[in-house]
Amino acid sequence: MNIPTDLKYTESHEWVRREEDGTLTVGITDFAQDALGDIVFVELPQVGKTFTAGDDAAVVESVKAASDIYAPVGGTVTEVNQATADAPDSINTDAFSAWLFKLKPTDAAAYDGLMDADAYGKSTGN
Amino acid sequence: MTLKATPLNSAHRAAGAKMVDFGGWDMPVNYGSQIEEHNAVRTDAGMFDVSHMCVVDLEGANVRQFLRGLLANNVDKLQVPGKALYSCMLNPEGGVIDDLIVYFFREDWFRLVVNAGTAEKDLAWMRQQNDATSSGLTITQRRDGADAIALVAVQGPNARARVWEVLPTAKAASEAMKPFNVVIVPGTAFGEAMVARTGYTGEDGFEIGVPATQVEALWNALVAAGVKPAGLGARDTLRLEAGMNLYGMDMDENVNPLDAGLAWTIDLVSERDFIGKAALQAKGQQAQFLGLILREKGGILRAHQKVIAASGAVGEITSGTFSPSMQQAIALARVPMDVAIGDTVQVEIRDKKLAATVVKLPFVRNGKVLAV
Repeated sequence: MNIPTDLKYTESHEWVRREEDGTLTVGITDFAQDALGDIVFVELPQVGKTFTAGDDAAVVESVKAASDIYAPVGGTVTEVNQATADAPDSINTDAFSAWLFKLKPTDAAAYDGLMDADAYGKSTGN
Repeated sequence: MTLKATPLNSAHRAAGAKMVDFGGWDMPVNYGSQIEEHNAVRTDAGMFDVSHMCVVDLEGANVRQFLRGLLANNVDKLQVPGKALYSCMLNPEGGVIDDLIVYFFREDWFRLVVNAGTAEKDLAWMRQQNDATSSGLTITQRRDGADAIALVAVQGPNARARVWEVLPTAKAASEAMKPFNVVIVPGTAFGEAMVARTGYTGEDGFEIGVPATQVEALWNALVAAGVKPAGLGARDTLRLEAGMNLYGMDMDENVNPLDAGLAWTIDLVSERDFIGKAALQAKGQQAQFLGLILREKGGILRAHQKVIAASGAVGEITSGTFSPSMQQAIALARVPMDVAIGDTVQVEIRDKKLAATVVKLPFVRNGKVLAV
């Protein structure tokens, strides 16, 4: 199971990458795509929408189930990945490339409170 | 709680299957991609471990008479040995206890295949009815024990050819066999084989029963012959495209089968009385069972989503999925009587109302998309 060490994670299987300018890029993990199976639909948030940590931010649907994707920290959506929405199965192919949305975090320090790769690995039994 | 395992459990795990709890059974949901497995069945040959389903033998002088009263469909359609029939077994209120296939072998021997999750309930009901009607039948479940029969469903346009490669003595016996017929072939490399031209995918193929001790060898031989293992995920997308009901989703003990698209399996015409007949005659049909194709982006059609007709009358999706063959979200739905094929209805998905077209079932048959 692939768990890149340069990313942070949530218990609900989102991965988060802090970019140079402080923007956070969010996607779902390899563990999540494997559990979901073939992904066939992605719904992304509106650019400009503001979330609190834990809010429903996006939806990923596989053939068998719909899965809510949560905002890992509070922030405002600055960009969404239309390429992922147009090719939902790209998440199955490479979950860590097929990002979903980017957030400008409300509190820059919130990122540091997320799980590291080790902790996420333990929580998923890897 | 330990999950129950079929005789093919290690074969699935060795093949890297993703295993899930399916009604208390440890079953493969896919072996990597359920979409690939689905496509293999539509274009070539795939196979399903269905050995969690239960073969039940009913034997005795009064079997036919017993089944006339027990089943909603008419077993008198089965006059030639080897013929099979799809039927519901109803409770006195007309609700569905299970759906099953009944195979006629001899006047004193009929065989049923019932769903895995309802097998215990079905057997208890049949035994109770056997006593209540003093039919004196011997009722034997063939899922557990020394004489267990394990079932594998091989489906697809090339399925029968692959089966004949692995069971060459079955070819002569089954080559001319029409759909919904069965033959028992003794002395194959895997013991006595029941070969039925039935299935749950909308494709041609065979459902094969062999002694449970031999089914792993049969499975491996079929894999070697090029048949692709397919899991429960593909099973669901295939049967839904084929417009086939799934017990527990599309109907159950609280659903009137006339509202679940099963009127064609319920013989209300002949004089024959059967359990549930009076209740259904009193209720009549109160909803239609039709297909939906989602026409707007916004999600996937799923069970329990509300369906709103132009008149405002409300129905419900009973099962939904994303169709690999059509690349669209499709569903089976109970819709109001005033809805017509071709109508646009609204489906509530999360906070949106999205347009869907009402279509006749099935969506797909023999590899061809019929519904557009």
